[in-house]
Amino acid sequence: MTTNGTNGTAPEAAGDDYLEMDLLRFTTAGSVDDGKSTLIGRLLYDTKSIFQDQMDAVEEASKARGMTDDESIPNLALLTDGLRAEREQGITIDVAYRYFATPKRKFIIADTPGHVQYTRNMVTGASTADLAVILIDAARGVQTQSKRHGFIAALLGLPHVVVCVNKMDLVDYSEQVFEDIVDEYTDFAAKLDVQDITFIPVSALVGDNVVDRSDNMPWYQGSTFLHHLENVNVAGDKNLRDFRFPVQTVIRPNQTFRGFAGTIASGVIRPGEEVMALPAGTKSTIKEVTTFQGDLSNARAGEAVVITLEDEIDVSRGDMLVRPGNTPTVGNKIEAMMCWMSEEPLARDRHYILRHTTREVKAFVDDIRYRVDIDTLHRMDSESLGLNEIGRVLVSTASPLFFDSYSLNKQTGAFVLIDPYSNTTVAAGMIRGEGQDADKVAASAQRLAGMERKKSANVTWEGLNIPREEREAEQDHQAAVLWFTGLSGSGKTTVAREVERQLFQRGVKTMLLDGDQVRHGLCGDLGFSPADRAENIRRVGEVARLFFESGALTLCTFVSPYRGDRDWVRDLLPEGRFLEVFVDVDIETARERDPKGLYAKVDAGVIQNFTGVSAPYEAPENPEMTLDTTDATVEESAAEVIRQLEEAGIISAA
Amino acid sequence: MATVETTYRDSHLRALEAEAIYIMRDVAAQFERPVLMFSGGKDSIVMTHLARKAFHPGTIPFPLLHVDTGHNFDETIDFRDWLVDELGVRLEVASVQEAIDKGRVIEETGPEASRNGLQIVPLLDAIQEHQFDAAFGGGRRDEEKARAKERFFSHRDRFGQWDPKNQRPELWHLYNGHKNVGEHFRVFPLSNWTEMDVWQYIALEEIAIPSLYFAHEREVFDRRGTILAKTDFMELLPGEELRTQTVRFRTIGDATCTGAVSSTASTLPEIIQEVAAARETERGGRHDDKRSEAAMEDRKKQGYF
Ligand SMILES: Nc1nc2c(ncn2[C@@H]2O[C@H](COP(=O)(O)OP(=O)(O)O)[C@@H](O)[C@H]2O)c(=O)[nH]1
Repeated sequence: MTTNGTNGTAPEAAGDDYLEMDLLRFTTAGSVDDGKSTLIGRLLYDTKSIFQDQMDAVEEASKARGMTDDESIPNLALLTDGLRAEREQGITIDVAYRYFATPKRKFIIADTPGHVQYTRNMVTGASTADLAVILIDAARGVQTQSKRHGFIAALLGLPHVVVCVNKMDLVDYSEQVFEDIVDEYTDFAAKLDVQDITFIPVSALVGDNVVDRSDNMPWYQGSTFLHHLENVNVAGDKNLRDFRFPVQTVIRPNQTFRGFAGTIASGVIRPGEEVMALPAGTKSTIKEVTTFQGDLSNARAGEAVVITLEDEIDVSRGDMLVRPGNTPTVGNKIEAMMCWMSEEPLARDRHYILRHTTREVKAFVDDIRYRVDIDTLHRMDSESLGLNEIGRVLVSTASPLFFDSYSLNKQTGAFVLIDPYSNTTVAAGMIRGEGQDADKVAASAQRLAGMERKKSANVTWEGLNIPREEREAEQDHQAAVLWFTGLSGSGKTTVAREVERQLFQRGVKTMLLDGDQVRHGLCGDLGFSPADRAENIRRVGEVARLFFESGALTLCTFVSPYRGDRDWVRDLLPEGRFLEVFVDVDIETARERDPKGLYAKVDAGVIQNFTGVSAPYEAPENPEMTLDTTDATVEESAAEVIRQLEEAGIISAA
Repeated sequence: MATVETTYRDSHLRALEAEAIYIMRDVAAQFERPVLMFSGGKDSIVMTHLARKAFHPGTIPFPLLHVDTGHNFDETIDFRDWLVDELGVRLEVASVQEAIDKGRVIEETGPEASRNGLQIVPLLDAIQEHQFDAAFGGGRRDEEKARAKERFFSHRDRFGQWDPKNQRPELWHLYNGHKNVGEHFRVFPLSNWTEMDVWQYIALEEIAIPSLYFAHEREVFDRRGTILAKTDFMELLPGEELRTQTVRFRTIGDATCTGAVSSTASTLPEIIQEVAAARETERGGRHDDKRSEAAMEDRKKQGYF
């Protein structure tokens, strides 16, 4: 039942249902007058979440202002429109939180006004949200504001976005109008990293598709807004792979008990498991995971617990417990996206206090790589960041941080900057990865620039004795490079070998280049630093291209963790002939498989810079194929590749 | 030791609980002298329960502060003393009567006199005297429009004032407790709870609460639509008449201005059903708020809870 209700029907509310409800936090944003206040008001009204005395107040206010939109209902916008009144009076415009519940879920709305200057509020509201609701006025179409909201939702890593196309009543409930908006916004969103985007045509004023299904839009088969909010799966958004436990405080009631109190940032832990304390690197075993109610057999992300260890090791606030085989990056330099939130612009010649998990360190912003114009998404050179500006920065800290990239782990990837003079919070940051020294960056940039020149000098090869096109005309398939990328143990080689075998049986001319194989000969002189990895991929790319020009369907299986390196190979080949296959598996599964015993060696400290553990893996943004091998069999994965090759017209159907 | 049930681990109550515990632990770590403002009402009782959980198996590492208007229901003080004993914490009392006696504040006169507004001075005096640098309050954002924008960590200047125009952005769960000497913070661990959440949590955790919350017979009278209890501190106005009625209180504060509701709910499940069917928000029953619409915002700016 709802938390309350004007109709007084809530007998089951006292039952256990309430205890099984989960929580969804969402943020709402829209341009002025898109109908955001009306939509939220409608949601509260139709879920009977409005108290009688609140309703009376609204009715009175509606009358006083002579602004009732509809005879039967009071002006719903007034229910939530504290912000508008403030705006008129020139008071703070900020994030306001509202609450309502249905039998399925409790909802927390972070309501942010959608003006040009309020990026900072949208960022704040989105930081704790699971889902973003973006409003578009059907009559006005996609506005710059609507795009800005999408950009911020993506920047803050919100896994779910709902676009409510509002005021459908004003466009005669036209499917065409809706579809045009969907198309335009989908095009735009493709540039962003949004995983789950849903469009819903609504009329907040009339109530179509908000809580109740609309008879006015029979062409719309999807969920109503509330139904979607109630059912979107957020449990799966939690990172349960990488155990990270930032210690908040030490609990020591007597000589015999010493426990570390904190909330598990991500992952799962059980008594008896080995852990390592950062920054010291000392190891111990979990003795108990305890709470007021008793000991737990396991504890997972989001739970507030006290952990005790078998050994007396030195751990205090700001330290982090992790698994020895799955550690965050430990470093003094970070690359991050940052939103500036203070009137006083970012200064590079003075320090700030950086707050990350339960740790505070002094920090300098060494470099502003670029600033993003959030309306056009263009990157611009910039010396500083001002209020509401967003940019990519390099930050140095006085002592190391233990971090993950924000996209993999929000809890250990987020930070704020605090001005030590005014004590206010001046910036919000989302870590992209480990920062590199300016010298190194310059050197690698130069190297990359060199490569680019080389490439552009011979985009099409002149003077091949027999051009590839002629070779292809003689065979029943096209030439292509099939590039398998993914973590060690993801199954790249196994799947590629199976694919090659099947292709071979069909008479396709193939060649397979494998990472381990080339490292013995062709690239035997290279290590695993980013620069060496780049050179490795460059050589392999050139070799793959030779096979390609010979007409072969060339399969390459390389971890190839850097997007830039893979894109470089992509650029060597004609459009449509480089097919990136992302072999996707989580690190825990890869670790369990450990076919070559590499993870064990990493854990033992024999191997450093290992992708997915102590070196980054940049997943492809738009791979031609994605294979999730967690549960799929080799045969299934191979069949999928073959099917897609047929579909792409590289090979003909069997 | 017993292994606990995992049934409700993913429920929203557990999420709210974990959030509150995180905040309490962070305050204990970030501040030198925190204090928990204890009103005697269910929200502050829930806070003490959360504090106990947060620091278990240790004890609560901060005292409770009760701002005592002197106009209490007996049940409130009995319960307070019992709870303090049970928790093994120190209790500080900031007395409005003392402040009146010392001439720090001037008592309102007349039948409608309220000591609610007089709490601010003794509260701020106590904060200064004990050098408290963080004070937990039981405020919830769902209570009032003015509170919807309140932070978990709410900065107060040297005069104890809140500046709604100049609040710090609060992102993720990274709370900024930096301040200058003499300033302090109000911290609201229950910000995201609703009245229903509080009741459900009391039931789930079997938390003891004062008998005033349950239906009982009492001598009452009506004043401007509010049912007030007969007390020694209040005179009846002409036309007001005492009667005996079965009532209960939805909030517990100063006895002169906390309204009762007519109710027969005498168990937690009954109260929860009543809350679910409620037609009025909690503060609707607070006589004092009706004096002015902007009452809450005004009082907050001055340093009220
Ligand atoms: N026709 C129509 N008008 C709407 C709808 N939703 C909101 N409005 C109107 O649009 C105006 C702005 O709405 P409001 O909710 O205050 O917008 P906000 O600025 O985004 O909060 C008001 O006059 C609303 O009545 C809708 O679905 N259909």
